[in-house]
Amino acid sequence: MRTKHFFNPLTFTALLFAAAWFSACGPKNPTTATVGDAASKVYVAPGSYDEFYNIVSGGFNGQVSVYGLPSGRLLRIIPVFSQFAENGWGYSEETKPMLNTSHGFVPWDDSHHIALSTTNGEHDGKWAFVNANNTPRIARINLKTFRTEEIIEIPNSSGNHSSPFITENSEYAVAGTRFSYPMDGQGKNPDVAISTYKENFKGTVSFVSINPENGRMGIGFQVLLPGVNFDLSRCGRGPSHDWFFFSCYNTEQANTLLEVNASQKDKDFIMAVNWKKCEEYAKAGKGRKEQVRYAHNVYSDETHTGTSTIENEVIVLDPKELKDIVYFMPCPKSPHGCDVDPTGQYIVGSGKLAAVIPVFSFDKIQKAIADRNFEAEYEGIPVLKYDAVLHGEVQKPGLGPLHTEFDGKGNAYTSFFVSSEIVKWDIAKLQVLDRVPTYYSIGHLCVPGGPTRKPHGKYVIAYNKITKDRYLPTGPELTQSAQLYDISGDKMKLLLDFPTTGEPHYAEAIPASLVQPNSLKIFKIEENKHPYVAKGEKEAKVVREGNKVHVYMTSIRSHFTPDNIEGVKLGDEVYFHVTNLEQDWDVPHGFAVKGSNNSEILIMPGETCTLKWVPDRVGVVPIYCTDFCSALHQEMQGYVRVSPAGSNVPLKWTTGGTPEANNF
Amino acid sequence: MLRYYTMLLGFAALFSLASCTSKSEADAKAKNSPSPADAAQTQPEVHGTEVKEIALTNPLNADWVKTGKEIYELKCSACHKLTADKLVGPGWAGVTKNRQPTWIINMITNVDMMLEKDPEAQKLLEQCLVRMPNQNITTEDSRKILEFMRQNDGEK
Repeated sequence: MRTKHFFNPLTFTALLFAAAWFSACGPKNPTTATVGDAASKVYVAPGSYDEFYNIVSGGFNGQVSVYGLPSGRLLRIIPVFSQFAENGWGYSEETKPMLNTSHGFVPWDDSHHIALSTTNGEHDGKWAFVNANNTPRIARINLKTFRTEEIIEIPNSSGNHSSPFITENSEYAVAGTRFSYPMDGQGKNPDVAISTYKENFKGTVSFVSINPENGRMGIGFQVLLPGVNFDLSRCGRGPSHDWFFFSCYNTEQANTLLEVNASQKDKDFIMAVNWKKCEEYAKAGKGRKEQVRYAHNVYSDETHTGTSTIENEVIVLDPKELKDIVYFMPCPKSPHGCDVDPTGQYIVGSGKLAAVIPVFSFDKIQKAIADRNFEAEYEGIPVLKYDAVLHGEVQKPGLGPLHTEFDGKGNAYTSFFVSSEIVKWDIAKLQVLDRVPTYYSIGHLCVPGGPTRKPHGKYVIAYNKITKDRYLPTGPELTQSAQLYDISGDKMKLLLDFPTTGEPHYAEAIPASLVQPNSLKIFKIEENKHPYVAKGEKEAKVVREGNKVHVYMTSIRSHFTPDNIEGVKLGDEVYFHVTNLEQDWDVPHGFAVKGSNNSEILIMPGETCTLKWVPDRVGVVPIYCTDFCSALHQEMQGYVRVSPAGSNVPLKWTTGGTPEANNF
Repeated sequence: MLRYYTMLLGFAALFSLASCTSKSEADAKAKNSPSPADAAQTQPEVHGTEVKEIALTNPLNADWVKTGKEIYELKCSACHKLTADKLVGPGWAGVTKNRQPTWIINMITNVDMMLEKDPEAQKLLEQCLVRMPNQNITTEDSRKILEFMRQNDGEK
């Protein structure tokens, strides 16, 4: 098969192109075969389950997708920061508030990183967090429902990139400004010249508190920082539990052509923040209260409704005054990844333009701080001496190191964008052990449990930026893709390519056993507290309030009640509040009305969802169920009669022609 | 997935019920097939233990009748009338005279088993073409529905 493929002229051309593209430093042989038993290692028999959930951010699509591993099968797309036509997220009246921000309704954002909740530094299977990069937000997904339950906007921020990484007991998720911008200290972005970056631009990192019981988030405190670009971050572990580490670039403070102007210095910084101390200072009132505006959106599984609240205050800590909360460590060169090993002892910086991977030692950092072993100050913040905090450097590891994950056996796995490879190396000895090509230009990588105290190991997954010739072409826009490698032996082995939806930016993988047993099957209809619920057909009705018409509708295999509605007039706003009366697993109903400028909705068993419809013409308009629900699904339909404005057609609703059908 | 099963089931019922695959069978197969993962588990339905004996007493338990009626209105009335007329499923009038109490309880709480094994339940599926749904009703609550059905049939 492979030989045949190779001589296909199109493939061959593509290969030539790829070879030219990567001629300098890429994988030399894109047709490199997987190992002989790869197929059996990723085969999950029909009806069997995968071993891991892979929770993957969708990058520019603003969502999160869920794959099974090792099969690479797509299980679900969870809508988070973007409207989602598949189930009405961001279109239904209940979910519109979830996309509210201080800028109003934002229908599409860019999601970058996943953080799964941990207890004592280990996965607990409760929540997944994901950041919105563009309009800065953090979202929390409940892993019982695989739904977005909460979204909090981050004030005093832009380009929320180093986020939503979390502390060991999920005390805080962090958010840092990739784009510094002018901050006037009163929550405003003043009108100043862009060229005044050095004087006026500031950055912040925010610590978003997480309630251990229900996951509810709040802005705990923010740390005001010099205007640089904060890139990525990781919490400390074990001995370094109280610390958080952030990579910074553009310490040159350039505001234009950063490609060149932010690559001038030999070293930028890894920033160490003592968040425990910050927390103490915030509690002790050492911070400044700043008036800001940010949206805080919460979805309730009881009312099946999201609410958006604008909040107004944040506590800002200034390390120029609070001297022992922030330290910079020099790091070559434009560091991107900033990863902490499972022991919490080693911090790996990945300078995108560096020829080495520096590894910092937490013990040495503590000693350098105690000895005040500073080489300089940067805008009032102490800079520790590089040699004093360095554990060592991995020499000539590859080109363009980005991110590092760990297997819990003393090994690190670093992705190399430019040389398109994963390099396995020994953390203590700083020696390269193995390297495998990726196809192509890997960004993040993921070892199940890699960013925890106890990695689950077994696989490393590459999330690639370029797919090129790996799949059948689909025009200029190709599938995105990930690759699965076996890391159980000394050598890494490629097992599987699998296509992904959206850009697979960063991901975590968690054993199914920590999530699957808690997965909710239905919403109990008895517990439905939606204000417009119809608990049974007896409660189905149509109520007019001025020009608003509320339809309390039920759906069950296979009819709506009511399914004939008359008395709606042009100029009315009709709200279809559809309650799915089913209480069986996997029996959603859909709802659509002709000419809806909004969307359709999909309603899970026991749930109520609302579609707003503003009829634009007189006539009889069909409604129907869009989700194939039973053998009589095609019969699940009805009509709404729209009469002219001012008509005196009375409001009337029925199912089965006579009111007796639904009123025994 | 289940909705496709359900759809297929409906059509399959037209020809032969014997060829039907139920969800619980599919689950059982999943359980028996070799799993690649130590972690992989099946997800058995909470609901679905066969009830073999039901004691009926008179007079009717008024509290049960009341609760049974409330559950009926929430979860059953969409498909079952209290007269003998069929809506989606058969009307309830006379059901306690024509069926054993255990048949009724199992039809409510253990419908997958009934549609696999019970010829009367299978006949009804052929007539109605919609699987009696699992409405997530506990055995205890189903007993209250039965009490309400008895009242509906004129028992005191």
